[in-house]
Amino acid sequence: MSERVAVRKTYKLFIGGKFPRSESGRSYLVQDANVSLASRKDARDAVVAARAAVKGWAGATAYNRGQILYRAAEMLEGRREQFVALGVPGDEVDAAVDRWVWYAGWSDKLPQVYGGANPVAGPYFNLSSPEPTGVVAVVAPAAPALLGLVSVIAPAIVTGNTVVVAASPAAPLAAVTLAEVLATSDLPGGVVNILTGRLSETVPTLASHMDVNAIDLTGVADADLAADLEVKAAENLKRVLRPAPVDHDWFADPGITRMTALLETKTVWHPKGV
Amino acid sequence: MFEYAPAPESRSVVDIKPSYGLFIDGKFVDPTDGGSFKSINPASEEVLAEVAEGGAGDVDRAVRAARAAYEKVWGPMPGRDRAKYLFRIARIIQERSRELAVLESLDNGKPIKESRDVDLPLVAAHFFYYAGWADKLEHAGFGPNPRPLGVAAQVIPWNFPLLMLAWKIAPALAAGNTVVLKPAETTPLTALLFAEICQQADLPAGVVNIVTGAGETGRALVEHPGVDKVAFTGSTEVGRAIARAVAGTRKKLTLELGGKAANIVFDDAPIDQAVEGIVNGIFFNQGHVCCAGSRLLIQESVADRVLESLKRRMAQLRVGDPLDKNTDIGAINSAAQLARIRELSEAGSAEGAERWSPPCELPERGFWFAPTIFTGVTQAHRIAREEIFGPVLSVLTFRTPAEAVEKANNTPYGLSAGIWTDKGSRILWMADRLRAGVVWANTFNKFDPTSPFGGYKESGYGREGGRHGLEGYLNV
Amino acid sequence: MRRLPGMTATATSARSDLSELGRSETALRTFLHGLPGVDQVGAEQRAAQLGTRSIKTTAKAQAIDLAIRMVDLTTLEGADTPGKVRALAAKALRPDPADPSCPHVGAVCVYPAMVPHVAEVLRGSGVHLASVATAFPSGQAPLEVKLADTRAAVEAGADEIDMVINRGAFLAGRYKEVYDEIVATKEACGDAHLKVILETGELATYDNVRRASWLAMLAGGDFIKTSTGKVPVAATPPVTLVMLEAVRDFRAATGRQVGVKPAGGIRTTKDAIKYLVMVNETVGPDWLDPDWFRFGASSLLNDLLMQRTKLTTGVYAGPDYFTLD
Repeated sequence: MSERVAVRKTYKLFIGGKFPRSESGRSYLVQDANVSLASRKDARDAVVAARAAVKGWAGATAYNRGQILYRAAEMLEGRREQFVALGVPGDEVDAAVDRWVWYAGWSDKLPQVYGGANPVAGPYFNLSSPEPTGVVAVVAPAAPALLGLVSVIAPAIVTGNTVVVAASPAAPLAAVTLAEVLATSDLPGGVVNILTGRLSETVPTLASHMDVNAIDLTGVADADLAADLEVKAAENLKRVLRPAPVDHDWFADPGITRMTALLETKTVWHPKGV
Repeated sequence: MFEYAPAPESRSVVDIKPSYGLFIDGKFVDPTDGGSFKSINPASEEVLAEVAEGGAGDVDRAVRAARAAYEKVWGPMPGRDRAKYLFRIARIIQERSRELAVLESLDNGKPIKESRDVDLPLVAAHFFYYAGWADKLEHAGFGPNPRPLGVAAQVIPWNFPLLMLAWKIAPALAAGNTVVLKPAETTPLTALLFAEICQQADLPAGVVNIVTGAGETGRALVEHPGVDKVAFTGSTEVGRAIARAVAGTRKKLTLELGGKAANIVFDDAPIDQAVEGIVNGIFFNQGHVCCAGSRLLIQESVADRVLESLKRRMAQLRVGDPLDKNTDIGAINSAAQLARIRELSEAGSAEGAERWSPPCELPERGFWFAPTIFTGVTQAHRIAREEIFGPVLSVLTFRTPAEAVEKANNTPYGLSAGIWTDKGSRILWMADRLRAGVVWANTFNKFDPTSPFGGYKESGYGREGGRHGLEGYLNV
Repeated sequence: MRRLPGMTATATSARSDLSELGRSETALRTFLHGLPGVDQVGAEQRAAQLGTRSIKTTAKAQAIDLAIRMVDLTTLEGADTPGKVRALAAKALRPDPADPSCPHVGAVCVYPAMVPHVAEVLRGSGVHLASVATAFPSGQAPLEVKLADTRAAVEAGADEIDMVINRGAFLAGRYKEVYDEIVATKEACGDAHLKVILETGELATYDNVRRASWLAMLAGGDFIKTSTGKVPVAATPPVTLVMLEAVRDFRAATGRQVGVKPAGGIRTTKDAIKYLVMVNETVGPDWLDPDWFRFGASSLLNDLLMQRTKLTTGVYAGPDYFTLD
């Protein structure tokens, strides 16, 4: 009896909840798979999708966002073996699931921890609350392929931002597989968009895009490129998260700064009177 | 008729020296490069003092002094002792508040009633507030061991010279940083008097350094490789340049930039208070306020009535001598700013908006601009999009709450917004949707040291004031 | 939706006929509750801000003389006697016997029983004679009694009547009852001017003060007055500010000008001048006249006189040099 012929997976982009090929029709070979080589136009389309998703996602209740993120962790857990098959160590998948769960729980706690009433010297109600900044461009770290990716996506979206992620060119398969997890997690289309391909094609477009509110340069290893992207980001005063140090320990407690760096604080005043 | 006789505040309370050096390492020193400029009274164009212009060498000296003070004295000092110095400074500011207020009005042109009743009380309160944080940083919510950044480079604008200094220096010092601050070139005098207050408080040398000068001095400061933190308040254009300048460095950056705030009046608003809020929103400090309510959005059904009340109220505004206790609107800070206000106002007329000012006699010398409103303005007009930074209000109308939100958010800025309505649920609905860092509902232009202030979008990033204000000065 | 019919207009173009409102409880309620709200904090801040005006030299001298002319020199005590009120009336005519240039006050204000004694002294002087009526200060008497009280005071020589509104009815939302009482009292006044006391200290909110002001004006009051002076909270600057805004808006809507009288708690020249500044900047010079603005006060007059003397002589005066009546 001959061996069963496998059905291979096509690795595509993840934009607006759908899996399109690059509009450029190009691909590149990674781990024996053809992966889409995203173009500037794909980056543009991803920003449009991310922007369209902001209203619903930022407007969803924190409880609802937490539920959806937790659901994503469940899906991730279920696909553990797929990631292992891609070469992601089992303990890294476990850590990624745990991290996703950890961030899921923050959705309805961060506004309490990071916001609050301010005791102003006058007859006023005064409350500061964090709000998502909007569309965030994220350059994912090359390694660890899955944990690094989860560690930059989850903190950005749990508070209500939407993201356009430039996956590491060296590790796109984990990214596209994660997209499949997200696509089956009740996450609204457009909240997470993932581009594979060369950073040099997509990231400068994202850094200079005037409808992107923040950029996370975590995965940019080249210091000159990072500086150049930060200069581009200054054009509309994007919030910038600078590259992570090379020795960054992705397994350590991440703290809340990845979330707070992508938040705005809104302070509302109202007089107290009869 | 009830004419108010002049009621000038005495300027003899302040002793202005003919010339000032730079304040570096606890002493006033001459600039190495030897330049100087004049600070004038914008209400009379009289020269108040000759002020040193710091060059790159002076900036370097100041940064080195700040670094040494950070490493040897201020960094290692226990928080409770830093607190005591800040409390001491707060007290001295209170004790010398009239002197500071008069000097602020002379150098800036703002009415004495504002410098006396708004700026100075807030300045002292700011130092008091952050003094209390100095020994409690581990409880501020930024982790168990928050550390200072090092040397902070701070560049401040001319609209609230001493208040902006307080917003910058108080949290920086409380968190354990040392600072080099550059005041605006048109308003350096209260910062220099503050330097004397640091001496009076026996603040260790080098903890606070004040380097006066113009744009080039500021550039040298923010670009200096020895600074760990840059804080800037001013125009979006300069903020952008600073963001580019610090790109790729370790410097932590906070920016508090321009605004084009919408002040939204619904038909069920408390009209009389709304009119006060509109007036305060745009004419406070001659409109030289980044969070000024410079776009008035009135619901169409009450537009005529609100405008009628507004015009009647504007006719009561007293423009003139900043030192007169009855002056509501003082002098425009500089000839350059006056030219910009005129240019944009002329653009408003040219683009077809209808211009109105109350009858108003302006002094002959000095820089003055009558309180002005433009009606019939649309979102496409320059005066509805660009920050004028003067006493000029653009009036637009809307029909529904959703339209008000859409128009309010239709700007690259996002610093502040105002809402006037008696309906609580509508306030909260609006506040949720307005993309602005401060939302004043049924009030406007309120500030407090405990309340974070700062913008969305191109109005900058980071917050000043409150617990949030510490974050920009800590390694978190 | 809040509407003030016709208020959008410049003074002449669109005056409204509001006379029909008093015909039904519903119409009155709809109208009064449709008035713009008052934000307490904002109103108090505006009043405080006006209080920081610095009035010096010539402006101060002018303000003091105006304030003297606006004083309703008042005594409303159970212990009042003909002798006491005659002395007060004499002081009203010549507040500073040492200075003939000192103007006389606006009016003398007494209980109805004292009116005849005051009338003798004031006759022909130009000083008005005001009498509280309508079962002052509580107003808790049958309407007929209140109207009889009013008529008696007018017949005895009062040309101004200070009535109290029925606060119980107002707070219970029976606006028509309050309205009808004011209409009836106005009728009982004949030619005498009617000042309607809102007793703002019992109305609890500025929204109520604004509504009560409009109610009193709609019903025909010639003046609206803050207080009886018999409850703990009397006139305050923000209450007066809200009432001034009401008379301003009422004139814009109807063309009829109504006066304002803060009463109680105004004791110093400084306070009085703050009120004048508020009048000046809220309703303008049309109201800066004893016909349109009064102070209900007793001890205020002596402080005004002391300050007046200080301005003329340059030295601070002492209370021993002014008459206590």
